[in-house]
Amino acid sequence: MSTAAATGPGVPENMRGRIGMASLIVAEISFFAVFIVAYLFYLGKSTTGPQPGEVLKTPIAATICLLASSVTIAIALRALRAGSLGGFRAWWLATILLGAGFLFATALEWHELIHERGLTIATNLFGTTFYSLVGFHALHVTLGLCMLAFVLAASLRGRLQPADAERTEILSWYWHFVDAVWVAVFSVVYLTAR
Amino acid sequence: MAVLDRSLASSSPGEAVRLPVASRLHDWVVTADHKKLGLMYIASGLVFFLVAGVMASMMRIQLAFPQNDFLGPNTFNRLMTMHGTTMVFFVGMPMFFGFANYLVPLQIGARDLAFPRLNAFGFWMFLFGGLLLYFSAIGSEGLYGAGSTPDVGWFAYAPLTSRTFSRGNATDYWILGILLSSVGSTATAINLVTTVATMRCPGMTLRRMPLFVWILWVDAILVLFVLSPLTAAQVMLLFDRFLGAHFFDTQAGGSAVLWQHFFWFFGHPEVYVLILPAFAIASEVIPVFSRKPLFGYPIMVAATICIGMISMSVWVHHMFVVGLEPGANTFFAASTMAIAVPTGIKIFNWLGTMWGGRIRFRVPMLWCTAFLVEFVLAGLTGVILATVPIDWQLSDSYFVVAHFHFVLIGGLLFNIFAAIYYWFPKATGRMLDEGLGRKHFFWFVLGFNLTFLPMHVPGLLGMPRRIYTYMPGRGWDAWNLVVTAGVAVQAVGILFFLWNVISSLRGGEPAGDDPWDAWTLEWATTSPPPEYNFEEIPTVRSRRPLWDLKHPEDPDWRWE
Amino acid sequence: MNPGSPVHAIPDMFSPVSAPAEAIRQLWWLLGGISGAILLIVGGVVWWCATRFRALPGEDREPPQVYGSNQIEFAWTIVPVLIVFVLFLATARTIYDVQAMAPPADALEVTLVGHQWWWEIRYPGLGVVTANELHVPASVPGAKRPTFLTLESADVIHSFWVPQLAGKTDVVPARRNRTWVEPTETGTFLGQCAEFCGTQHANMLLRVVVDSPGDFAAWVEAQKRPAVADPLVAAGRAVFESTSCVNCHTVAGTGAKGTFGPDLTHLMSRTTIASGAADNVHAQLRAWIVDPHAIKPGALMPAMKLPDDQVDAVTAYLSTLR
Ligand code: HEA
Ligand code: HEA
Ligand code: HEC
Ligand code: CUA
Ligand SMILES: [Cu+2]
Repeated sequence: MSTAAATGPGVPENMRGRIGMASLIVAEISFFAVFIVAYLFYLGKSTTGPQPGEVLKTPIAATICLLASSVTIAIALRALRAGSLGGFRAWWLATILLGAGFLFATALEWHELIHERGLTIATNLFGTTFYSLVGFHALHVTLGLCMLAFVLAASLRGRLQPADAERTEILSWYWHFVDAVWVAVFSVVYLTAR
Repeated sequence: MAVLDRSLASSSPGEAVRLPVASRLHDWVVTADHKKLGLMYIASGLVFFLVAGVMASMMRIQLAFPQNDFLGPNTFNRLMTMHGTTMVFFVGMPMFFGFANYLVPLQIGARDLAFPRLNAFGFWMFLFGGLLLYFSAIGSEGLYGAGSTPDVGWFAYAPLTSRTFSRGNATDYWILGILLSSVGSTATAINLVTTVATMRCPGMTLRRMPLFVWILWVDAILVLFVLSPLTAAQVMLLFDRFLGAHFFDTQAGGSAVLWQHFFWFFGHPEVYVLILPAFAIASEVIPVFSRKPLFGYPIMVAATICIGMISMSVWVHHMFVVGLEPGANTFFAASTMAIAVPTGIKIFNWLGTMWGGRIRFRVPMLWCTAFLVEFVLAGLTGVILATVPIDWQLSDSYFVVAHFHFVLIGGLLFNIFAAIYYWFPKATGRMLDEGLGRKHFFWFVLGFNLTFLPMHVPGLLGMPRRIYTYMPGRGWDAWNLVVTAGVAVQAVGILFFLWNVISSLRGGEPAGDDPWDAWTLEWATTSPPPEYNFEEIPTVRSRRPLWDLKHPEDPDWRWE
Repeated sequence: MNPGSPVHAIPDMFSPVSAPAEAIRQLWWLLGGISGAILLIVGGVVWWCATRFRALPGEDREPPQVYGSNQIEFAWTIVPVLIVFVLFLATARTIYDVQAMAPPADALEVTLVGHQWWWEIRYPGLGVVTANELHVPASVPGAKRPTFLTLESADVIHSFWVPQLAGKTDVVPARRNRTWVEPTETGTFLGQCAEFCGTQHANMLLRVVVDSPGDFAAWVEAQKRPAVADPLVAAGRAVFESTSCVNCHTVAGTGAKGTFGPDLTHLMSRTTIASGAADNVHAQLRAWIVDPHAIKPGALMPAMKLPDDQVDAVTAYLSTLR
């Protein structure tokens, strides 16, 4: 018996963070799934206007920002692994800026919808489902940005080493997840509106 | 091997230094130790159980006679809602997390959960949610409306929960209390999933994991899938109530049925979330007291996974009377009935474990044996309800109330009692008293059957649930009186239990490390276990490491 | 109503008098039988284990360690699968028998509207409106006539349930559910709202009066007439029409056109008031008008605080509305 391996049954140490994050993502996916179902269920069932097709514009720029940020975060990680802290910071900052760009685009969109199109969460079923789905996504982007900013701050203060690549990568999963949710939101909300 | 030998020998109950009360209390509040958190979960679950049990007793007094005026309609509806909500979210759930917390690390030979501080966060969120729910008594309408707890039923159907029909803030407390505790539960589920995946001791492959751990693992995964939809639906309801959104607003085209879909997509799996820990407990207790390994371990694992998966595809059986298409009703009748198969496999495998054993009917085993019979009856009434046309008659009647108390008490609560008797020695170093335990068993089982067996009948005679009063002469009177009488008998059982716990905590017989001659790793350390659980992380070669140790001539690993 | 027709006091699903309820009872015996058998078998095995395999005092030897058996496990997987399959087929058949039934041309159409906490009953084809007591014709050989109900809600979810006639169907706001009954016996059958709908869910009773075809026709004729205008109670009528009663109640042929509460045109043709909370006798009616909440706490009709003589007058007036 005592001859068996000294570690667990072949589970590497770093799996803990990965499985934890994966579990969180599962829970988040079912959370978003409900809002997506609600959006689709109520599509076209609003008793008053405006309808999605009348007010939504396809958010090309925002989408590009967010998709690009998934790429930059991957590059940043590669840089970190390769030991290039400078490269890491640059690409990480780029990720943050792209994410902030996305949020800014969303803010502009909402501003227009609310003040020019008169669509609020209380207007009709479309407003209700639209703002809650897109809003929760934006909330997740915001949370992600906070965490990214935290890491950037740590790295600027010299607290982040290539040895932390694992943890940083797990954080990046969250970012990719937020990105994937956007792909779903984009197809469900904006593509159906055309 | 060496490790296990040493801890088996050192069986003196550790005489710790007594600290002053304040600092001991402080220790409990700031702790991140899985054992302390586990005990806190179980203790708060028990307190909530007593509170909700007292509420049930009050409802039963009101219903003992037709047109009784012990409680008014509003009070009754509030008690009914708080009883159901508390029992499901603040009794059933903490029992799951409590036993999982305490036992999973011990059974897999780990020193704690994967994220100890997240664990503490989960517990405090749960407790805070529960307290918030009860705070509604004064919070929802201020002191003048004292006692205005939520009154919309535990599944809070829209549009009764809208601002129009539910004024004040009671419904908001219902939403927020559950929402907070769900966040905690999700955190703890993440923790458990990760712990089982990554923290098993050397040699403990998935095929050697105790079935207890397997079942709780599947359960935690199920929680991840089904709890956040409830949170999402509750957020929608909050938006409706505070921001003027229209999710469930039938005036603006919203759908009352959508809430039902969302709620039951959570609600049905939830009842399996509650019953799976009971199955886990039975899978631990029955083999040990039958002195045989669990019959058909692999198929038990498979059945558990099946139950977990099927349970997410049956929710519409709570909505057969909503007036859905016949096609939908047929499909969900099929999926619901399908669950009988893996559940039956479990029942039969437990029987197979008992068959040919040398069964020691100590108190934990008594509970599990009673569970087998009561749960089969409960499951069969479930299948009867799954037969859609019969459900058209029996849905929302007292037959359903009887069905789910049979599963929840005969299934869940009986096993919780079994677990308390079984692991109390491990957690405290002292045995619970056998004589008091038998009295508890006898009175409670008698009272339970006296209450809930006759309760099926008024349902068959057309008595709907959630009514605070009823007309005389409908054939329900005598049955209701018997049901109420049964509650008094149950209460006697509960008093024996409380007395047993209190007296055994002080003067119970010292237990030793392994009082039941059991086989899983928690019995290899001291009772109570030290903070770090195992001096040295054990290594296992089979599902029953302690059996291997005690029977070197016939170890399990030869056969597995 | 025919005085000879019995009131079935116990709403017992095992004494069905209508097609859907009858189909359900048959299914029940299948389920009950199979369930009983399974329970007996499992209970028997448990009992056998408990007696036969109980450890005797002092017996310390471990029994033979058996880990499982593929054949046995296969057997007890496949047998339940077969049982479930049979149950499923029977279920599916009955679902379609009941739910897919299309109304024949001469079916009676009724619209039942659930209110917090009473039932509004409309016969769109006949121009009749009443409350809480649903009259339907018996479907007798030679004059088969099922009644089809359209279920609507004015506020929250309620549920239509008269066990001896049919299983329940929810009454959901913004949704039109359908169900049907085809009673073969006359008499009064009791049911009540079965979905929790707030404070007075318990007192949302429904009576279904099954009349012979002749009686039913007579009842319809009586209901179609405008309200009796009895000069003896003109004082009461004046009070009624000058109080806010008219905002909530309708009395056909008068200025009272409210729809928030039950139609009172033929109040006296009903045996109960406030959806079964009280008998429709003078004392109760008066008590109701004085303070509805003494009879049905939380009911949505306010106490009108009329002086005693006005209450007497109104009660006298209402008592003439047959
Ligand atoms: C611990 C909780 C628990 C468990 C385990 C179950 C288990 C089951 N339940 Fe139950 N149920 C509830 C808790 C639970 N239920 C609650 C709380 C409600 C009410 C909610 C509310 O409205 O407030 C409810 C309501 C409920 C309804 C809705 C009734 C209504 O409101 O109209 C239905 C309908 O299908 C149902 C069915 C079933 C079935 C088929 C099972 C099956 O899983 C049972 C399977 C087990 C067996 C069948 C016995 C063992 C098997 C064998 C011995 C094999 C041989 C058997 C056959 C071949 C049949 N349940
Ligand atoms: C785990 C779940 C669980 C448990 C254990 C119970 C336990 C009990 N339940 Fe409950 N029940 C539900 C879950 C549960 N219930 C749910 C989900 C609902 C649906 C709610 C809804 O419709 O929304 C419900 C609804 C419900 C109803 C239907 C209400 C209605 O539809 O109008 C009734 C009525 O009889 C009832 C009765 C009881 C009784 C008598 C017990 C007994 O077994 C209780 C036994 C306990 C005691 C008798 C207490 C003992 C206390 C003492 C001895 C005093 C000691 C006190 C101190 C030291 C402070 N329950
Ligand atoms: C705010 C609306 C409202 C007003 C005003 C009102 N009622 Fe009512 N009334 C109701 C409602 C609602 C019910 C049904 C209550 C229930 O069964 O829960 C009802 C029921 C009744 C019933 C019983 C009818 C039945 O068939 O069950 C009578 C009789 C009655 N009202 C008479 C009166 C009289 C007389 C007045 C005036 C003095 C009056 N109502 C004023 C709303 C009102
Ligand atoms: Cu209407 Cu309950
Ligand atoms: Cu269910």
